[in-house]
Amino acid sequence: MARLSGLQREVLKLYRICIRATYTKPSENRLHWRDYIRSEFDKHKLLPKKSFSVIEHLLRVGNRRYEMYRDPSIKDVR
Amino acid sequence: MLKSLLRPSLSPLRRTLATAALPRVKQFQIYRWNPDTPEVAPKLQTYDVDLNACGPMVLDALLKIKNEQDSTLTFRRSCREGICGSCAMNIGGVNTLACLCRIDNNTSKSTKIYPLPHMYIVRDLVPDLTHFYQQYKSIQPYLQRDDHPADGRENLQSIEDRAKLDGLYECILCACCSTSCPSYWWNQEQYLGPAVLMQAYRWLIDSRDQAGKIRKEMLQNSMSLYRCHTIMNCSRTCPKGLNPGLAIAEIKKQLAFD
Repeated sequence: MARLSGLQREVLKLYRICIRATYTKPSENRLHWRDYIRSEFDKHKLLPKKSFSVIEHLLRVGNRRYEMYRDPSIKDVR
Repeated sequence: MLKSLLRPSLSPLRRTLATAALPRVKQFQIYRWNPDTPEVAPKLQTYDVDLNACGPMVLDALLKIKNEQDSTLTFRRSCREGICGSCAMNIGGVNTLACLCRIDNNTSKSTKIYPLPHMYIVRDLVPDLTHFYQQYKSIQPYLQRDDHPADGRENLQSIEDRAKLDGLYECILCACCSTSCPSYWWNQEQYLGPAVLMQAYRWLIDSRDQAGKIRKEMLQNSMSLYRCHTIMNCSRTCPKGLNPGLAIAEIKKQLAFD
């Protein structure tokens, strides 16, 4: 596999902590969360990998939303 | 034919309003960026505003544009009189409050409006101030005492002690000064910035506060306070006419004797 740039690793890191966080959610909703996370990441799948400022912005937004959704009182997403 | 002879359309004797003024059209160039389409680069969009039909302040012009021309233009505003600090933005190259900034009457020049510099943008003229507020929280901006007044009522303060707080307590945390400071631009994560440091000083010299020692210890490192290199952009730009540069110098003076 090609060596990933720092930014690519950041994106993967965010994706992985998001997927991991689904295991803190009730098991019947876990698939909702997984599908939601994938769809959110897929939205920007076609973004050119050189558009650094856009990716940095999306990372910031993603991290902020991760912090928000991580709250145990949020059980499901649709 | 006959009608037009009887009632000529352009009579030299027709009375008109003395102030039937020519429209004074002023151009505003406003920074636009939409987070829904992050791949589109930010751009300056030009709006024409007739100053005769507009209030005197930049905020009036912004509201007029939002009402009549482009409802997607986004900015924060609340009190429209310089007491809430919501409408802080960069107008004509100077950080100020849109509600306190008069429109430049020179219609041959356009006015450029940007969000506060070196901040993450939420949308158009709205910066993300989360980190700024977290820094403010980190200085513990509230009264800390070990004992309580004997009569169980207020913590009293002499008139002289109260006078020390003048010029400090008026700060509305609009972030104009912090975002005008090059030191803050480059070291936002560690350096607290003039607005927050001025509040740190405000609590440091409050005669009723007893946590001065801890407050000083928190600032006693190379980044939090000492990134201030007395550039003094903060005092020059403050829309409330306060002097954060002086407050920072006073903290440095106090810390030097520790």
